[in-house]
Amino acid sequence: MVDRRPNPEELLRRVQAEERRETRGRLKVFLGYASRVGKSFRMFDEGRRRKERGQDVVIGALQRDVTPDVRDLVARFETLPMVDGAIDLVALFRRHPEVVLIDELAHDNPPGSRNRQRWQDLTELLDRGISVITAVNLQHIREQQDAVARITGKRAANSAPEGFLRSADEIEVVDAPPDTLLDRTGNSRIPDARALAELRELALLLAADVVDRQLQAYLDSHGVMARWGAQERILVCLTPRSDASRMLRSGHRNALRFHGALLAAYVQQDDLPPADKERLERHLTLAGELGAEVHCLAGADFVDTLLEFAREQRITQVFLGHTGHERRVPFLRSPVDRLIDAAEDFDIRLFPHQGDE
Amino acid sequence: MSGRGHLKIYLGYAAGVGKTYRMLEEAQALRQKGVDIVIGYFEPHGRKETIARTEGLETVPRRTLPYGGTSFEEMDTEAILQRKPAVALVDEFAHTNVPGSPREKRWQDVEMLLAAGIDVLSTMNVQHLESLNDQVWQVTGVRVRETVPDWVVDEAAEVVLVDLTPRALRNRIERGVVYAPEKAKRAMENFFAEANLTALREMAMRHTAHEVEERLTAPAPAPASKGHERILICLTGRPASANLIRRGKRVADYLQADCLALHVCLPSEKDPEAVERHLSFARHLRVETHTINASDVPKAVAEFARANQVTQIFMGRSLPRPLWQRYSETVVQRVVRLARDMQITIVAEGRR
Repeated sequence: MVDRRPNPEELLRRVQAEERRETRGRLKVFLGYASRVGKSFRMFDEGRRRKERGQDVVIGALQRDVTPDVRDLVARFETLPMVDGAIDLVALFRRHPEVVLIDELAHDNPPGSRNRQRWQDLTELLDRGISVITAVNLQHIREQQDAVARITGKRAANSAPEGFLRSADEIEVVDAPPDTLLDRTGNSRIPDARALAELRELALLLAADVVDRQLQAYLDSHGVMARWGAQERILVCLTPRSDASRMLRSGHRNALRFHGALLAAYVQQDDLPPADKERLERHLTLAGELGAEVHCLAGADFVDTLLEFAREQRITQVFLGHTGHERRVPFLRSPVDRLIDAAEDFDIRLFPHQGDE
Repeated sequence: MSGRGHLKIYLGYAAGVGKTYRMLEEAQALRQKGVDIVIGYFEPHGRKETIARTEGLETVPRRTLPYGGTSFEEMDTEAILQRKPAVALVDEFAHTNVPGSPREKRWQDVEMLLAAGIDVLSTMNVQHLESLNDQVWQVTGVRVRETVPDWVVDEAAEVVLVDLTPRALRNRIERGVVYAPEKAKRAMENFFAEANLTALREMAMRHTAHEVEERLTAPAPAPASKGHERILICLTGRPASANLIRRGKRVADYLQADCLALHVCLPSEKDPEAVERHLSFARHLRVETHTINASDVPKAVAEFARANQVTQIFMGRSLPRPLWQRYSETVVQRVVRLARDMQITIVAEGRR
């Protein structure tokens, strides 16, 4: 790891964030991939443990039908009754517990309520210093609903924005094999085993992404630049003469298989002939179409610029093309040779030049 | 009971996340349903809540083995086979048995149980996966010695993630739930530092997602079909070859590619033992290995790759050379030149 000195704005942002964190309640979300995965139980069980450790915990929202094991747990807490299916915010403000348990994050409040949706209620609770523990399933996260509908053919009516989930101090995945869900119910509302597995993968990857950003935020706030990550990050280096289409397509496929990130970068050159410029434009368009994050880099030296960018971006694989006209000159190392020598933190994959096959 | 038993692995990212507890919860649920279940091996670590969950479960006694003047307790696989329950619970899948045991690794004991048609519930942490060994070392600075080849985990019927937030885990450690106080303090500063835990946790999530996807996707396209990738790992006796093999195999697994390893044996081979170790390590990971004798390494690699329809060559970097040799090409440069029609990956050696 390398120490990185933060700039003044970054420091100010950090101090402000720190201040907010001190007065604000903490948000913890249990994320499940489908109904009956056991997220309510896990949430109330966490509430129980906190209560046993002396925290003041109450229930602010309960679902209508609960399983017997959840019912036993619920009986241990003080429950603030809901009003027309909505959280009684005023009563909660007055009672002001340390922690409130909210079973089901995604909920539309009845017309005339103070907030249209429950997550907005929770924001108010957090602002007033009350910590919130809540639970949500994948199909109720707005930005995931298209993907879920493609798998199950159904769309849940209530939803909460993904941004709210990402703003949580902590999220915890509730995972269980699909067969346990099927066993428990025999309910036709539950998707089949294959659909459940797909939902499960989606939920795990969403959680991994949230955790990845938390890690990045943690490292940033501690002024640490990490050279490693848990995610594969592929950088395709574009030059006018390389076989960009093949590198980008391969990068795209690799990123998909690894559930990693795809970036494409080129180092600016001033004296580019028009034909090369045009080719480069086409490469950049294709990169955008394949979902790559495109970066234009400026720097005097191609190799140094690329190396610095790759380290900054925690790149794990660099895709590079032969240019097709490299002839070996004794004592003079080509850019490819120099990159290979200098790259310690990432793999370099060299691609054949178009004309070579 | 017929056929092979099912293996279910509870995967966590560190000690103390609650893997054993979750496994015992499932065991209790099975017992209540009347399933014939026994504890084959359970590691209590002095954790009260976990120990309480073993109540009412039958335990097959461990066997005691003498080693180095003391005695060690290991799982008694033969006794479990004789007892032949429907399900056996076996903690710590990645454990290495004491020398003198019938098998070296606990996962090999589990293989015996599965082969006998016994279902097994087991636990392991993500850092014990062979393919993540280098990544884990980069993140934590710890070189994990007890590893499990990925194919063993891939063959499990289910991998279930046991998640806990790093904050909750650190709270547990502070309260002394996981380790004794003096060990806890050290743990918090090292392996259990928040950034480490977060990175390991992300790996566990991604790996579980990968295992789910593996069970979803159709088998890889037939070897002869277009678009099928074949990865060739060029291994040597240099220590970095272990990293190279893990990396090449991991990429091959994710791309559903074939994976081969080649060693070109020079007449002047300096360390044949190290080469043999690496070849056997590759086979251990289910990589097909080849050795050929030749005096020109790059030429032999390029020819072998072409003859075997290889699409991608994995190599380590050439060693830095003294100044007076720098006018000549390195092995990597020559392979790059001779195999320009193939993709060539030069693998990072990784450092901290």
